[in-house]
Amino acid sequence: MTSTSTAATGRSRVAGGPGAPTPRPWPLLRHSLALAGRSLTKTRRNPGVLLDALILPVLFLVLFVYLFGGAVAGSTQEYLQYLFPGILVLTTVLAGQVATGLHIVVDMKKGVFDRFRSMPVPRTSILLGSVLADAIRYVVAVVVLFGVGYALGFRVETGFGSALAATGLAIGFGFSLSWLTVLVAVLLRDETLVSTVGFLLPFPLVFGTSMAAPAGTMPDWLRAWAEVNPVSHVIEACRGLLLGGPVAGPVAASLAWSAGFLLVFGTLAVVAFRRRV
Amino acid sequence: MRPAFEAEGLVKRYGGTTALDGVDLQARPGTVLGVLGPNGAGKTTAIRILATLLRPDAGRAVVDGVDVLRDPVAARRIVGLTGQYATVDEDLTGTENLVLFGRLLDLTGPDARDRAARLLDRFGLADAAGRRASTYSGGMRRRLDLAASLVGAPRVLFLDEPTTGLDPGKREELWRTIRSLADDGTTVLLTTQYLEEADALADEITVIDQGRVIAHDSPAGLKQHVGGQTVVVRPRDPARTADAADVVRRVTGHPVDRSRGGVVTAPVDDGRAFAGIVRELERAGMDVTELALRLPSLDEAFFTLTGHDAGRTTTTQEDS
Ligand SMILES: Nc1ncnc2c1ncn2[C@@H]1O[C@H](COP(=O)(O)OP(=O)(O)OP(=O)(O)O)[C@@H](O)[C@H]1O
Ligand SMILES: [Mg+2]
Repeated sequence: MTSTSTAATGRSRVAGGPGAPTPRPWPLLRHSLALAGRSLTKTRRNPGVLLDALILPVLFLVLFVYLFGGAVAGSTQEYLQYLFPGILVLTTVLAGQVATGLHIVVDMKKGVFDRFRSMPVPRTSILLGSVLADAIRYVVAVVVLFGVGYALGFRVETGFGSALAATGLAIGFGFSLSWLTVLVAVLLRDETLVSTVGFLLPFPLVFGTSMAAPAGTMPDWLRAWAEVNPVSHVIEACRGLLLGGPVAGPVAASLAWSAGFLLVFGTLAVVAFRRRV
Repeated sequence: MRPAFEAEGLVKRYGGTTALDGVDLQARPGTVLGVLGPNGAGKTTAIRILATLLRPDAGRAVVDGVDVLRDPVAARRIVGLTGQYATVDEDLTGTENLVLFGRLLDLTGPDARDRAARLLDRFGLADAAGRRASTYSGGMRRRLDLAASLVGAPRVLFLDEPTTGLDPGKREELWRTIRSLADDGTTVLLTTQYLEEADALADEITVIDQGRVIAHDSPAGLKQHVGGQTVVVRPRDPARTADAADVVRRVTGHPVDRSRGGVVTAPVDDGRAFAGIVRELERAGMDVTELALRLPSLDEAFFTLTGHDAGRTTTTQEDS
């Protein structure tokens, strides 16, 4: 019958006419970028979420330098140099943890998520889009931190390239670790739980290192933790890259840990997500 | 002729509740299937299965020849969905929403923008196109939602209670839009709680209750089955309700329903009964504030179809 053939072939019509557009190549990449664009627009409209990632590290930097600077290093200036690389890592880890999982949980509970799922969009793009858009938070947080650091008197002792490498390394680590909150978000699907985990996790990780004081001054149990803690390598690497000193070993260790986290948590998160939605 | 979509023996259980208990649905290409049922009947569950959002415990579903369980990705290129609750992003503007959905449907940037503009225009949202959806009224959101499900020009469109929350004018406008989509060849599944809506839009109606199909017919057939029209009489003086009930019972020869205070309703078989009621009321010198013929409500249709009430407050059918 004619109506059947119209329904099957009438692809040229626009609204109301039957027929979906033909698929185009690179669906994962294109859809992830389209969804990342959406998340960025949302961030632009609600810039408050950026603040969380900014305020804490800056607050810690200022507090630690003026409270402990004299006691730990003898002078606030020397202590600022010592502390800054650790705070840089704290910044990127926090930036990866505070909102990433939360946004995914909120999205999963909203109707727009059903619409994405009813469209020919790879499931993984929905996660990737959200996580890619977080890049803006890392960049803003790092720029602000360097600004405050310089205002207080911090100076990079190596060069611009090294400083950039340190920043990249810290962001890479924060990004890889952020897949852990993505996994937690997909599994728990609860805003409060996910925010709590995302907020608390960075502290034992980043503070259980030589961030604020050399490991030699710590009690045994804490030193043992600091020695196995992967964040120690990242802080050490950043120190080397920002202030000079040996870098090859810690940089390699940081990259290896980042790759490991990305692979393990990323895969688990994607698998859990595809299973649950 | 191959159906545009078809569901067979759908079963879905949630713990102890059986949301669907063997539901069959199907529609010919270019027609509108109305799925009528009270709260909790399983309408949304059935739509979510057909739209690949939910896997059934048993049964199969096919859209335009594609099995939605075996090949959900291909099925998603065929269907459009407007869920019962808003499925647009409130933080984005109307345009941004539709352009995003266009990109996700593989339209190029210019095509996506062009189609978004045309759809917004068609749904009377051109003026609000640059505003965030969170500032839209309930009716505007419904329309944006419907526009969003048309971005991909789907061959099969699922609409879950699309007119809920619309005022009567906007509702009829949406009815016209849905009809014109079907006339253009789109096959539509529409759920509703109103027989009137199914009657106005659907080529065929499937009535479901507690996860089971209890009737499937054309609107005319269904209306005949559930007793056609109902006459409604509301005397100006509530004290004369009993007199009015007498008149209606005498003329129609049917039991009357007086469960709503001050109002008398009864099924009528043909137009002559209505004329007769008008005459008799006049002869009795009774002034009325409401005198109408209407389709039976879902409650009344259910009572006839199932012998029990549609799971709501019981209406007593009295014979006085
Ligand atoms: N996720 C769920 N978990 C548990 N029970 C559910 C779930 N979804 C639906 N149900 C149950 O399944 C039954 C059918 O629900 P469904 O939403 O399909 O009804 P409906 O016909 O769409 O109703 P309404 O007109 O109120 O939208 C109801 O009893 C509901 O409580
Ligand atoms: Mg429903």
